[in-house]
Amino acid sequence: MGPFLLVTIQIDLYDRLALNLETDLVNMVHKTGARGVLIDISAVSIVDSFMGRILGNIASMTRVLDAETVVVGMQPAVAITLIELGLSLTGVHTALDVERGMALLQSKLDPDEELANDNDNDVE
Amino acid sequence: MITTLSKDNVSITREQDVVPFRNRVKEQAVRIGMGLVNQTKLITAASELVRNMIRYAGQGEVRIEVVSKGREAGIRLIFSDNGPGIPDINLAMQDGYSTGKSLGLGLPGTRRLVNEFDIKSTVGQGTTVTILKWKNG
Ligand SMILES: Nc1ncnc2c1ncn2[C@@H]1O[C@H](COP(=O)(O)OP(=O)(O)OP(=O)(O)O)[C@@H](O)[C@H]1O
Ligand SMILES: [Mg+2]
Repeated sequence: MGPFLLVTIQIDLYDRLALNLETDLVNMVHKTGARGVLIDISAVSIVDSFMGRILGNIASMTRVLDAETVVVGMQPAVAITLIELGLSLTGVHTALDVERGMALLQSKLDPDEELANDNDNDVE
Repeated sequence: MITTLSKDNVSITREQDVVPFRNRVKEQAVRIGMGLVNQTKLITAASELVRNMIRYAGQGEVRIEVVSKGREAGIRLIFSDNGPGIPDINLAMQDGYSTGKSLGLGLPGTRRLVNEFDIKSTVGQGTTVTILKWKNG
């Protein structure tokens, strides 16, 4: 199994930076052969249609490279707003936090291992 | 009757202006004690409109107003540009309609996120979009 990439977005990105992130990430997946990408957006206070589209693009491009993308840590206010805006983030997996995102990725790549994980899940 | 308590003009000329502009809106929303969910809705709506402005008109100006009606406070934002204008507003307000090969979510989505929404546009002259979000709206 290839490694996972973890990307933490620390600031509200303006468009060019968000587009750079898209290209950089896709290149990194290609270069490292990563099978999974975790994008931590817990520090992001606004996801508008532009940012939402970038997340969707990353998910579909990485899928072509045989990797899954999970967006983690979306703030509840952001999630509520996205739904009202009408942006569905189709094809983007989401998880509450990095740990759960990681578990989700693992289960996607290796369903058997996920069962083992479930059994010794002693977190919290 | 809606009273304007304060106003502030921000000019938008490039995409790097979007994040600072959003911060200015947030400052005012925080100042009137707007809750996080309403703040997020307002700022997301503002972000969509300012993006349209840059994308379709190149540049423009936004007026940020703190308003009140009785005991309720709110934020009103007026986006005006001198761009190409919108030939058919009803069409532009439909989910999925885009001349920019995009999702066509900005205008209809924005309307859902705010309490009051008004758009006026004249082809060849420009577009003005006014939105209002009440603190508890
Ligand atoms: N300020 C403006 N000046 C001129 N035309 C505009 C302006 N704002 C919107 N439009 C027109 O209205 C259409 C719909 O706008 P809307 O924001 O709903 O969708 P979009 O920008 O095409 O896509 P999205 O916002 O989902 O990326 C645009 O495609 C454009 O033709
Ligand atoms: Mg738009």
